[in-house]
Amino acid sequence: MASLQTFAAKTITDVQSFVQNNSQILPSAGASKPALTTTADNPAHLELGELSGILEYEPAEYTFTALAGTPITEVAAALAGNGQYLPFDPPLAQHGATLGGTVAAGLSGSGRYRYGGVRDFLIGVRFIDGQGQLVRGGGKVVKNAAGFDLPKLMVGSLGRLGILVELSFKVFPRPQSYATLTVPYPTVEAALGGLQKATTARLDIEALDLVVERPDGQHTVPTLWVRMGGLESVQEQRIAQLRQILGAGEMMEGFVENATWQAACEFSWAPDQWALVKVATTPRHIQGLEQILSTTKALRRYAVGGQLTWIAWPGEVADLHKHLTALNLSGLVIRGATNQARIGVQTGQVFAQRIKQALDPVGKFLAL
Amino acid sequence: MPSTNLISALTRLFPAQRLLQQSAQLAPYESDALTAFHARPAAVVLVETQQEVIETVKLCHQYNVPFVARGSGTSLSGGSLPIKEGIMIALNRLNRILRLDPAERIAVVEPGVVNLDVSRAAAPYDLYYAPDPSSQLICTIGGNVAFNSGGAHCLKYGMTANHVLGMKVVLPDGEVVQLGGESLEQVGPDLAGFFVGSEGLFGVALEITLRLLPKPAMYRTVLAAYRSLEAAGEAVSQVVAAGLLTGAMEIMDNLAIQAAEAAVGAGYPKDAAGLLIVELEGEPVQVEAEFAHLLQVIEITNPYEVRVAQDEADRMRIWKGRKSAFSAVGRLSPDYIVQDGVVPRSKLGQALAKINQLSATYGIRVANVFHAGDGNLHPLILYNGREAGALERAEALAGEIIHMCIDLGGSITGEHGVGMEKLQYMASMFNATDLQTMTNLRRAIDPLELANRGKKLPDGEAPALHLHGPHPLEKLGLISRE
Ligand SMILES: Cc1cc2nc3c(=O)[nH]c(=O)nc-3n(C[C@H](O)[C@H](O)[C@H](O)COP(=O)(O)OP(=O)(O)OC[C@H]3O[C@@H](n4cnc5c(N)ncnc54)[C@H](O)[C@@H]3O)c2cc1C
Repeated sequence: MASLQTFAAKTITDVQSFVQNNSQILPSAGASKPALTTTADNPAHLELGELSGILEYEPAEYTFTALAGTPITEVAAALAGNGQYLPFDPPLAQHGATLGGTVAAGLSGSGRYRYGGVRDFLIGVRFIDGQGQLVRGGGKVVKNAAGFDLPKLMVGSLGRLGILVELSFKVFPRPQSYATLTVPYPTVEAALGGLQKATTARLDIEALDLVVERPDGQHTVPTLWVRMGGLESVQEQRIAQLRQILGAGEMMEGFVENATWQAACEFSWAPDQWALVKVATTPRHIQGLEQILSTTKALRRYAVGGQLTWIAWPGEVADLHKHLTALNLSGLVIRGATNQARIGVQTGQVFAQRIKQALDPVGKFLAL
Repeated sequence: MPSTNLISALTRLFPAQRLLQQSAQLAPYESDALTAFHARPAAVVLVETQQEVIETVKLCHQYNVPFVARGSGTSLSGGSLPIKEGIMIALNRLNRILRLDPAERIAVVEPGVVNLDVSRAAAPYDLYYAPDPSSQLICTIGGNVAFNSGGAHCLKYGMTANHVLGMKVVLPDGEVVQLGGESLEQVGPDLAGFFVGSEGLFGVALEITLRLLPKPAMYRTVLAAYRSLEAAGEAVSQVVAAGLLTGAMEIMDNLAIQAAEAAVGAGYPKDAAGLLIVELEGEPVQVEAEFAHLLQVIEITNPYEVRVAQDEADRMRIWKGRKSAFSAVGRLSPDYIVQDGVVPRSKLGQALAKINQLSATYGIRVANVFHAGDGNLHPLILYNGREAGALERAEALAGEIIHMCIDLGGSITGEHGVGMEKLQYMASMFNATDLQTMTNLRRAIDPLELANRGKKLPDGEAPALHLHGPHPLEKLGLISRE
């Protein structure tokens, strides 16, 4: 087995022995975020797509446990059967994203606006550390303060602190219906004014994205997308109230509304050949980013009230890295030609390296 | 005694009135809210600046002396119990709100800021800080971070960890790092999230960036009274199963009701065996519609009385009763243990029946008041510390409750932390590899195990209160030299 360059694990024990028998390991599953499994090194590839399946799902408990390679689509279908959902809106489900990959990449979608991201819904993990040991952190109940919060640590760890094999999540009841108000603005500055009104209003907004298309494209107008979820009987009233606050807007409902958000979650707006980059931001970063990006062909979507920026980047990733660094921002390349997925600035390295030393003392996984 | 040299170094750093060494000065710091335990530190420093914390930690590291950070000392698990002959860093005066940015919806605070003061400062902007431990009038954000504290209103938007975006911390060797930032999102491992709940073992949080939420436009609150405590527990399962996402869902038993009534006159039905408080929050049209549904679900659970809060004053009265319940129960008994465990929500009825049965078997009164919506039990075990063996029997009962939580698939603590109190139960929840991994993490971050030594991890050194033999550091030194 040690000689194999790619190995598909079927059991947790498979993962353990693979880690023990190889000197450098790179895990992957759904291949929906290829930039995260590209490296200049030459590690042995561990495929986790077959380590799949929901192990426990107690609808009355609003929690489930599944193997890490389980596709998001499978989980979403099981939850939907009971009127439940993953409120953090995991991206790229139709592209094959798995639970483990979503946690390791630390990715949430636009829907994280209301209740929180993947970090807020993951309640338990089991992972294989750099010595091939099976380690558990967290638990299967929604509240738990015993031990260090290893589930949080694994969010965004990119398979570099351990290989996730089993995950427990809490879930929520899915809103009965959705409606979206789309509000066009003449400029990004004006749109940011609208965004600010929406984020501070005493409303329960489900998702809030500012979509800025390329200047020469079809949709030239910066547009706010504001999604409301809840009881069907009161949706129209709520949207009317929202329209009053924002001053204008078109209401979108039903199949089209749903398909529009789903397309956003799959990044259908981003050309396949371009790099796709996540950037952690706040609204006040948007003007600075716009100054740079509006002079390029880059497409951008300021999701989650301006907290989660997605950039489709046609040029060299190294150039974007420079821009982000200058703006003191951190980015993660999830698609595109690079072998350095983390770009821009990195904080907390001293702390992170000590953690890496404890979990992966001989460096079986890629450097953090 | 290494601390003598350290003390003289500290004398150069702090004026005498902020470096406490006299018995009388140290007495208030000898225990936290787990009052059964005491230990005397070598000194307490009352820090006023972040730099003083950093310098103190550096000196402790240099002289190999353990330290404990302390907020308001309301820990119920012995988390802020001093280490005998160690240094206590009291953070109450490090309490400035450094920045409150309503547009970005964040507050950057020092660790000694009192929880409720954040919401007070945010109120003019119609914003608030969501986690609301019952101790929120006195407990600090630093303490909340260390324990990932929760509160009655943590069902929808989560506990402290869900509201901490970033932190500046001093690691146990004096190195200062920034974890996370100001965005809800981040790239790389969630280091800020990992620090939250580490119970002071990873160092001292110096500056914390908190997320603020818009104040809910409306609350609707209902009380339902039941003839048995189990029935109230079953009702919680029903509300959860109905798909209602409530803002808060709390239960009190008769003993707790009596105590709260005597203390603050909350207007609870006094003869209820179990009282359920459910609150919905959000946009008025949505809340009203959901509230109608909630009342239907509650009706099916057969309460003998249902009361809806009529106005804000009525609502505040209900919450005042709930939030003062711990201290109110204190009037019923000279001493009590506040237990903290978690069971799956669908097993609440079962768990409460078992607690009742254990209480009868031990002949010890147990009051129950807890965060039912997330299965977080807080049995209050009443005893008289002056009676021989009473504390031990109360602890034995507490232990049985904790084992029940584990057997039902829950946890040994929901929000009060392991501290010292739960050390003995860690091995029932985690296996040897899990525990060793946590110890490895701790040692990688703090090789000398200076920060809050003896807490949270069971294989840590024995707590200082019965420290006789060799100094733990000598033992540790031997281990690391091998
Ligand atoms: C009446 C009462 C009601 C309570 N209700 C609740 C409740 O509803 N929910 C809940 O979760 N808890 C509750 N608690 C428990 C307690 O209030 C919380 O644990 C609180 O967060 C402790 O805050 P503190 O400022 O008192 O911290 P302390 O007790 O002083 O310290 C707690 C821990 O935090 C560490 N610490 C303090 N500051 C820092 C820092 N800056 N950096 C790193 N570590 C630090 C200490 O070393 C210690 O381990 C209650 C307690 C009481 C007495």
